Amino acid sequence: MPGLFAYLVVAALVFAIGLFGVLTRRNAVGILLGIELMLNAVNINLVAFARWHGDVVGLLFAMFTIAITVAEVAVGLAIVIVIFRVRRTIDADRLDLLRG
Amino acid sequence: MTPAVLGFWATAVVLLGASLAVVLTPNLFHSVLFLAVALVATGVIFLFLAAPFLFGAQLLLYAGGVVVLVVFAIMLTEKIVGQRISQASHGLVNGAVVAAAVFVGIVGFLVQAGPPPAARPPLPDATAALGRAIVGPYAVAFELLGVLLVAALLGALYFARED
Repeated sequence: MPGLFAYLVVAALVFAIGLFGVLTRRNAVGILLGIELMLNAVNINLVAFARWHGDVVGLLFAMFTIAITVAEVAVGLAIVIVIFRVRRTIDADRLDLLRG
Repeated sequence: MTPAVLGFWATAVVLLGASLAVVLTPNLFHSVLFLAVALVATGVIFLFLAAPFLFGAQLLLYAGGVVVLVVFAIMLTEKIVGQRISQASHGLVNGAVVAAAVFVGIVGFLVQAGPPPAARPPLPDATAALGRAIVGPYAVAFELLGVLLVAALLGALYFARED
């Protein structure tokens, strides 16, 4: 079995890739996909720690984050669709109504 | 190198390649398909970590549910205006610098924390232990999770309703 360090580094890489996607995508749906990747990386960390400690609570926490992420995606996509109906665009750079 | 180690690294390569494709491919629809690959690869990593229940949940909720939702959202927002929305990314260099800095920060913290302790033996039946924890000491949190899902469902319905 590879060491704990290997799991944590892979998760950190996925997290950094997701952050890159959030920072560079212009489409709101693309930004949501980057957030998905970041939350997945966190789940890998939680399950790896649960395995190393031999404790079920880490698995429970990972299950909670999975369910909360799914709720977040459902609401996020509903917001994207509403924004599209009102503004006819989901380009994040053009959604600057609140810019001072 | 044992088969488990080899399998883990093969899965990790698939996961990282699919993740890169998610953020770099210009076509958002392909991006979602690569996200499905990345999510399934994450589930396989859960299997390597002796968590088969989370593998199943990952497949059902993410690869089954989230991907279908996102495909619907793309189709609803892309074709109506008659023109394809530009998917071009911007600030690639800035984004890469920030992401690399965050990665270096995390790895630096891991190195500073020192070598991890040896792994304890895995739980004999993680799924059964998970079920006992849900209906035992963490029952309230589990019920609150159900309330959250209902609230999210109602909120999404309210947003997406026809006036």
